[in-house]
Formats: sequence, C-alpha cells, structure tokens
Amino acid sequence: MLTILFDGIAYGMLLFVLASGLAVTLGLMNFVNLAHGAFAMAGGYVTVVLVNRLGVPFLASLPLAFLVSATLGIILERTLYVHVYKKPHLDQVLFTIGLVFMSVAAVDYVMGSSQVFARIPSILQGQFVVFGIGVGRYRLLIIVICGLLTVGLQFILSATRFGSRLRAAVDDQRVASGLGINVNRVFALTFAFGSGLAGLGGALGVEILGLDPTFPLKFMIYFLIVVTVGGTSSITGPFLASLLLGIGDVAGKYYVPTLGSFVIYTIMIVVLIWRPQGLFSRAASR
Amino acid sequence: MIPPPSTVRAATEWLSARARWHPLEIVFWLAAFAAIYLLPDSHLILTEIAWLGLFALSLDLILGYAGIISLGHAAFFGFGSYTAALLAKYEIINEPVLALLASGFAAMALGFVTSFLVLRGSDLTRLMVTLGVALLLRELANRFGWLTGGADGLQGVTIQPVLGAFRFDMFGHTGYTYCLTVLFVLFLIARRLVNSPFGLSLLSVKGNPLRSSAIGISVDARLVAIYTVAAGYAGIAGALLAQTTAFASLEVFSFDRSADLLLVLIIGGAGYLYGGLIGAIIFKFMQDYLSALTPQYWPFWIGLVLVVIVLVGRDRITSWTAPFRRIAARLDWRASARRVAASSSESH
Repeated sequence: MLTILFDGIAYGMLLFVLASGLAVTLGLMNFVNLAHGAFAMAGGYVTVVLVNRLGVPFLASLPLAFLVSATLGIILERTLYVHVYKKPHLDQVLFTIGLVFMSVAAVDYVMGSSQVFARIPSILQGQFVVFGIGVGRYRLLIIVICGLLTVGLQFILSATRFGSRLRAAVDDQRVASGLGINVNRVFALTFAFGSGLAGLGGALGVEILGLDPTFPLKFMIYFLIVVTVGGTSSITGPFLASLLLGIGDVAGKYYVPTLGSFVIYTIMIVVLIWRPQGLFSRAASR
Repeated sequence: MIPPPSTVRAATEWLSARARWHPLEIVFWLAAFAAIYLLPDSHLILTEIAWLGLFALSLDLILGYAGIISLGHAAFFGFGSYTAALLAKYEIINEPVLALLASGFAAMALGFVTSFLVLRGSDLTRLMVTLGVALLLRELANRFGWLTGGADGLQGVTIQPVLGAFRFDMFGHTGYTYCLTVLFVLFLIARRLVNSPFGLSLLSVKGNPLRSSAIGISVDARLVAIYTVAAGYAGIAGALLAQTTAFASLEVFSFDRSADLLLVLIIGGAGYLYGGLIGAIIFKFMQDYLSALTPQYWPFWIGLVLVVIVLVGRDRITSWTAPFRRIAARLDWRASARRVAASSSESH
C-alpha cells in the first residue's frame, strides 16, 4: 500500500518535471504547446545515446540532456515559435501538432521505431525496505532530484529578479516592456529552461515511462492534464495535480487494471467541467 | 416587436441570394458524378476522398461556422464506424443505408450528450475535453474486446448489398457511387443549414458570443444543435468507412485521425462548405504520393505542411483560391445581372 503511494509520488514528481515547462508556456505565456513532449523525447534519446553508445555515466548524462533540450528549445523558440505567439489558438495547435509529427518521424528515421532503454548503474537498481515500505533506489533518486527542482523553481519564480520579471511580463506584456523589461528575452529564456526541464524529465523517465518515437503523442495528454487540472496561475497547482495524477494512475493500474487509463480520463473531464480554470487556481487571472 | 415588412423582404432576399447555386458548384458535382464512369480505375481512392470529405465537412460545421476547436472529432467518426460494423456483423440491420442512418443517429446521440461538455471553458478546455472523450472511447473499445475485437479490430464483417441490389466489389465501384451519393445528400442538407437564419446566427456566435446573446440568440442552444448535427455527419462518415472496408479498428479513434482532419480542413480552408471537400482531394493525393515515396516516414511531410501553413499564414494559403473566386464571380451571370439591375435602379 505505502509502496504504491511511494511509486505514485515518484511517478507524479517525474510528471511534474516533465510538465512544468508546459505550465509556464501554456499557463503563463498563454501558448498552446502540444510539442512539449518532443523536448522530453530529445532529452531521453540524448541520455540513451550517451550512456549506451559513448559510455558516459548515467548521472553525468542528465545535465547534458538538460542542456541539449534547452538549446533545442531556444533555437526553435527564436526561429519558429516566436512567430506563432500572437496567432490564434487554432494556429498554435496546428503548428505544434506539425512539430510533433515531424519529431516522431525524424526520431523514427534516426533511432528506429523500437523501444530503447538506458543502462543505469547497479547502485541505483533494486530496492531496500524502510519501515516496511519497499523503496526503489531509482525512484528515490527521482523524488530527490525532482523535489530539489520544485523547491528551486518556486524560489526562482517568487524570490529572484528574473522571477519577478517573468511574472510581470506575463501579467501585462506591454507595461512590462514599458518598464524596460526585455519581454522577448525573458520568454525565450523561460522557454529554453522549460524545454531543458522536459529533457531532464525525459532522461529520468526512460527507465519508468519507456522511450520510443511515439513518446510525445503518448504522453501529451498527461502533460496537458497536469497543466489544465492544476490550473495555470501558480507552480504549486501543477505540482499537486501531477502528484494526484501519478498516485491515481499507479494505484488505478494496480487495483483496477481492467479499467486502464479510463479512470484518469474520466476524472480529467469531470474536473474540467466542474472547474474549467483548474482545481487549484484562484479566480480566473485573465 | 415585429420588424417592418420591407426589412423582412430585404432579409429574405439577401438570404436567398446567399443560397443561390453558383455555376462552379454545379460543375464540381457534375465532375464528381462523372468520375463514376470516367475514372473507374481510381474508385478506391475516390471512395476514401468521399468519406474523408464528409468527415471534414462535419468538422467545418463546428470549427468554421461555430468556432469550436476540437482535437477529438474522431470520437464520433469512430463511434459511427463501430456502430455500422457491429450492426452488420451481428445482422441487426442488414441493409447498409438503414444501418448508415442508425449509425448517424447513434453518433448524434453521443454528440448531443457530449456537446454540453464543450459549452463552457476556453479553447484549451475544449481541446482537452474533446481529446479526452476520444481517448475514453478508444479505451472503452479496447477494454470491451469481446464485443469490439479489442486491438485486433472487428473482423468477419459482411456487408449486404446496398438496397438489396448493389453488391460491394473490391474495386470500389459500388463503394464510390454509394459514398458520393451519401455525401451529396448530406452536403445539400448542410448547405441549406448554413444558408438559413440558423447558419447566420452560428456565424454571429463564432464572431462574438456575448453580443450574440445580447441580440437574443441563445448561444448554448445553437452550439448544442450544431455540435449534434456535426457529430451525426462524422458518424456517417465513419460508418461509410466501415461499410466500404468491412472492418473497424481502434485506429478510427486515434489522435492522428483528428489531427489529420484538421490539416484536411485547413488545406481546403475552413468556413465555407467546399473547404473540407477540396482539402480531402488534395490531402488524399498528397498522402498517396508521399507514402509511395517514403512509406514509413510520411507523417514527417504532413507535419512539415502544417508548420509551413501556419508560418505562412492560413489566410494567405487559402487566398490561392482568390483569383479563381474572382473569375467565378464574373462567371455568375445572374449575379452580374443583379448588379446591373441594382445600379440602374439607383440612377433613377
């Protein structure tokens, strides 16, 4: 029972790291980015290639996955995304779906369509028992890393100069740029950081979620659930939502395996009808 | 308050002018029906174009006319598809036309129920809810394997001859005639629908829901109505697929199908009835060409087309039809006669 809770928390934490970048682009910048999973996939494949083919240690490959995805993010943001920010939602949806299709086919072409795994060091494998709870070492690592990241994110958003600039730019773009904030740069950096986090999450998730070229399509709905159910006015909303989703999904698959993802989708629809702005948001911010 | 009779007459005239048949439309349908005799070798792909065109027409009704973005329109398509296949497999309704109607009504019922989910919320909520409904149905079809065949698809379906006389053949001759006739009939109904006062009120809701309700249009009721009708259209499109292929699989619910559909509509241009049909023609031939070129990786090119369309600008993409439309306007002799009459009456 508690083991399931533990696994669920690890899964939820992982989802949060994967989706937190989306929470920023979608929630704060009001941009529907369905291609978010593609950055996560990029991070995952970077880790797989580094660890399996080049023999880089697993832990050392994680920051590299972050960097590669972040670089990819900033390049795409500066060249393509920046033209689509101001367009209607339909255009954003079409554009990002197009990117997803392209990334899926391109990865399929380069890496093959079968599922891949990364070799993780033996010290991270297996589990030990604390107070009767089976604690997987790898899952513990995920919880630690993701927990630190969450605290860090909250700190950056609420207590640093960059965080206040970002919040200002989101609240009112025109006034923020009038005050001398370079809104474009703030958005570009945020986008890159979010993509990097997705890449890191993808790298961490290779072991738990599995990785194949259809990854962005398979998990798109999960990322969207985290953001829409969590609400987009803060970072704690998506965090709680991903924990709920993680625990719910793991418990659901354990106790009622015949229903599959049925429970999750139903809950999502009910929540969205009940509170279109998300579970944990204050009154609509815009 | 009753508006003065002159206003009513002007409005009626304006509406009927809107609904008048254009010569090019007649040419379009003549060409489509002529293909039954002139292009017997390409009936298979033409069949696909016919049901895809109907499916895109259905999305156009809610996206182009009512402004609802849907990422899960495949839900109704798949529902109709499975209904038709199950009706035929268990020999509940043997006659394809009746089964088609039944599938359409089944999808309409589903559309009516789920329409209340898209009334509230922003674009994003609608995206999520429509996507969620499609995923839910896919999951259901997967779980009830004893009924639907699960991941293997529903096999062993035998479709009886249409009207008891025309048997489906492997070259798609019957299939094309059947699909095209259904498409034409449903197109006529949709044409009547969007050119009616109801259709105009939809456009006003799309433009500004708040103002529409201020001038006395019940926004929610209109959206429910058009969503239900569109669901029925999508269901019939799905049923056509199931009947012409005698098969239904989980793939009918897939996200790719909804996404491809958006592309079809965007290529042709949303907001006029021929958009979906023209888009279907272009999309199918493009898909045919690209998948022959690179069988496994053609989604890449589909994605590229989407990205390019958005970056260039949707309005500019569809403006390639503008010169044709100008020529078409000249061709319309009745319209020019009207203009002459109007200008001469003004000069008096």
